[in-house]
Amino acid sequence: MANTATEYIQHHLQNLTYGQLPAGYQRVDAYGHPQGVLTEPTWTFALTPAEAKEMGFWAIHVDSMLWSVFLGFVFVLLFRFVAKNATAGVPGKLQNVIESIVEFVDTSVRESFHGKNPLIAPLALTIFVWIFFMNLMDLIPVDWIPGLATLAGIPYMKIVPSTDPNITMSMSISVFFLMLFFWIKVKGVSGLFSDLALHPFSSKNPLGKVILIPVNLLLETVSLLAKPVSLGLRLFGNMYAGELIFILIAMIGWAQLPLHFGWAVLHILVITLQAYIFMTLTIVYLSSVHEEH
Amino acid sequence: MNLNATLIGQSIAFMFFVWFCMKYVWPPLTKALSDRQQKIADGLAAADKAEKDLAQANDKVAELLKEARAEAQGIIELANKRANQIVDEAKEQARAEGDRLKVAAAAEIEQDANRAREALRTQVASLAIAGAERILGERLDEAANSKLVDDLAAEL
Repeated sequence: MANTATEYIQHHLQNLTYGQLPAGYQRVDAYGHPQGVLTEPTWTFALTPAEAKEMGFWAIHVDSMLWSVFLGFVFVLLFRFVAKNATAGVPGKLQNVIESIVEFVDTSVRESFHGKNPLIAPLALTIFVWIFFMNLMDLIPVDWIPGLATLAGIPYMKIVPSTDPNITMSMSISVFFLMLFFWIKVKGVSGLFSDLALHPFSSKNPLGKVILIPVNLLLETVSLLAKPVSLGLRLFGNMYAGELIFILIAMIGWAQLPLHFGWAVLHILVITLQAYIFMTLTIVYLSSVHEEH
Repeated sequence: MNLNATLIGQSIAFMFFVWFCMKYVWPPLTKALSDRQQKIADGLAAADKAEKDLAQANDKVAELLKEARAEAQGIIELANKRANQIVDEAKEQARAEGDRLKVAAAAEIEQDANRAREALRTQVASLAIAGAERILGERLDEAANSKLVDDLAAEL
C-alpha cells in the first residue's frame, strides 16, 4: 500500500472522509490509477487526500466520528453501569476506580469554580474521561487497526480522534458557546458588554471611559476568541505531534521496539496531562464568566 | 487536515454525552459518595460515643468494686467480732458450769464425810460401850452412860 515514507505517513494522517465529489471530477486511486470521470455529483468515500480536500466543508470524517462516538459510549455506559450499581457501602474495585476519577474531577471543579452550576462538574468529567479515552487510542500500535482496515478494503482509518482538529475544535467551540451562554445568563447582555468594554483599562473620567472602550473591546475580543482556538489547537497539536512521532518510529525497522516503548511511556503522561489541561481550562473559562471582576 | 462537517457531528455527540453524564452518571455517583461520607462520619461519631461510654462504665465498675470491697471488709470485721463474742460467751459459760460442778462436788464430798463421821461416831459409841461392858463385866446402864460416851465420841 505505502511505497515510500511520504506515502506511508500521508496514509496514516489521512482521515476516512465521506462527502460529495462534483460532476466532472477525475477520480484517481491511491496508486495513481485513473478511476474514471464522474458524470454527476456523487457521495462517496475519498480515495486520496486530494479527493478529501475536493469534498469541501460538507464532508465528514467517518473514522473520527465513529471512534469518538464509540469511545463516548464506552465512557457513558461504563460510568452509567457503575453509577447504577453504586452503593454507599464498601465499594467494589471498579466502583473504586470510577469514584476516584469522579472525586478527582469534583475536587478540580471545586478548586477552580466558585459559582453554582450543576452543569460544570458533569461537563468536566465528560471532557476529562472522553478526551482521555480518545488520546488513549494513540497507544495502540499505529499499524494494527489501519492495517486491518486496509485488509477489509477501507482506504483510510485514523483511530485517534483527538489528532483530528475537527474533533478538538468542535469540543473547544462547544465550550466557547457554553461560555457565552452562561455569560449572558448570569450577567445579561449588558454585563457581557461591560466585561468586554470596560476592562482591562478603565478611567474614572466618563470621557476617558468612552475613549478606552474601543481599545478594551479589541483587546478583550481577541483574548476571548483566542481561548477556544488555543484550547482546541493545544490538544490537537500535542496529540498530532505524538502520533507523528509514533508513525516515524514505526518506520525504522526492528530498532523501533525500545523506542516505541519509551515514547509510549512518555505518552501516557502526555495523554493524561492533555485531558486534564483541557478539563481545567474549560472549568477556568466557565468560572471566569460566572465571576464579577 | 480539512475542517468539515465533522465539527458539527462531534459537537452534537459532545452535547449528548455531557447531557447523559449530567443526567444519569454524575448524580448517582456523587450521591453514593456523599452517602458514604455521611455513613463514615456517623460511624466515627458512634465509635467516639462508645469509647466515652466504655470509659464511663469502667469508672462505674471501679467505683462499685471499691464499694463492694469496703462492704465485704465490714462484714468480715463484724463476723470476726461476733465470733470472738461467741467464743468468749462459750468460755464464760464453760467456766460457770465448771464452777457449779465443783461446788456441787465439794458439797457432796462434805455431805459424805459428815455422814461417814456420824456413822463412825455412832459405831465408836457402841464400840466403847461394848468394850466397857466387857471390861466391867456387867451391863452398864446404857442410858446413863450413853451421854458420857456421846460426849467422848463428839470429842473424836
